[in-house]
Amino acid sequence: MGANEFLFLLTGLKWTVLLSIVGFIGGGVFGLAIALLRVSGRPLIERITSGYIALFQGTPLLMQLFVVYYGLALVGLKLDAWIAVAIGFTLHASAYLGEIWRGSIEAVPKGQTEAAKALSLRYVSRMRDVILPQAIRISLPATIGFLVQLIKGTSLAAIVGFTELTRAGNIVSNQIFQPLLVFGIVGILYFLLCWPLSLYGSHLERRMAIAAR
Amino acid sequence: MIAMTHVEKWYGEFKALTDISLTVRKGERIVLCGPSGSGKSTLIRCINHLETYQKGEIRVGGTRLGDDAKTIDAVRREVGMVFQHFNLFPHMTVLQNCMLAPMRSLGASKAEAEATARQLLGRVKILEQAEKYPAQLSGGQQQRVAIARALCMKPKVMLFDEPTSALDPEMVKEVLDTMIALAEEGMTMICVTHEMGFARQVANRVIFMAEGAIVEEAPPEEFFQNPRHERTRKFLGEILHKH
Repeated sequence: MGANEFLFLLTGLKWTVLLSIVGFIGGGVFGLAIALLRVSGRPLIERITSGYIALFQGTPLLMQLFVVYYGLALVGLKLDAWIAVAIGFTLHASAYLGEIWRGSIEAVPKGQTEAAKALSLRYVSRMRDVILPQAIRISLPATIGFLVQLIKGTSLAAIVGFTELTRAGNIVSNQIFQPLLVFGIVGILYFLLCWPLSLYGSHLERRMAIAAR
Repeated sequence: MIAMTHVEKWYGEFKALTDISLTVRKGERIVLCGPSGSGKSTLIRCINHLETYQKGEIRVGGTRLGDDAKTIDAVRREVGMVFQHFNLFPHMTVLQNCMLAPMRSLGASKAEAEATARQLLGRVKILEQAEKYPAQLSGGQQQRVAIARALCMKPKVMLFDEPTSALDPEMVKEVLDTMIALAEEGMTMICVTHEMGFARQVANRVIFMAEGAIVEEAPPEEFFQNPRHERTRKFLGEILHKH
């Protein structure tokens, strides 16, 4: 394998990272909204958002990408592969992050909300100043765990023709006929991306376990 | 200052408050006591709308407490509350705990909020801990911070919900002393507590509740010397024996 092939893999890696970041940020913004709606105390809204979460957790990510990419094309909305997978990952991540953060919001002791209410803090301040800072801290290990899943999940975008790391590996392997070498390198690149995050996640989890003692 | 008239509350089938009527004048100190589950916490939590009620009326100052955010907000700005488990915000320093609400709901500037916070932390004798986090303080210190935090809103009434029940015995006194000092400055107070020494010393009236209703209401001397109801006598026998 020459330098050109390796550079091609690195370009794929760049798109994997970008797609992960876009999915994580988009999913984070919508996921926060989902989480807040899930604990809004309004039964109808809670049921709708809970259905949304169930839908995206109960179907394969690959199918979700197909629906966004091919399904929207069928109704006349032809999207660029990059836009389509970005939308797909945002929806997917928003459901998972929404559920993780809902759990974290509910894990903040009730007394915190009551104290904030008794101090006549309104909803926005109660959430922004009191509940969310604590909920985010609680959610960090699970959030990082999901981010690792999301990074690996971006490999599915290869199937709708998005040239991220896995598809780049596929292309190179078809050119030089050394699949073991090429996918070995692809695997190492994924590992170098995910492993430090996993380590950081378990480090945070340990630190929180100590703090809780 | 506070007028509750015929307040009733249910949790589903269970009646938590039965026909509560209670008037508290400016500067009065009320002690609420009774066995656990008698509705005393529920009663004071209705006053700042941490609990809803189904019947009757509550007025605080001139405001009739409704279900709308406007009157709830207005009432909460006038009423401070101290909880059994302190409920300080663990991710903020003592000073930040005290500054948050004045800045967010009274529109105080940072400098104003900090000046008020430092003054009140000084009043509860804990100013030197201002930069620490709640977890670094003892229970008694945390509760005094919670009192200062509530006072930073310049409330007209203070509600205390078993403020010393979660404390180690050696820390009860520092919190009670803070409350006594507050009473001596003329603060209107409603305290749910089993500290009968405190009741004797500062209360204008002691109210005994059982099964969601007010059973007996009297000035402390009368309440402790001549309780009229059998249930009150039994309760006093139990808790005075314990101490």
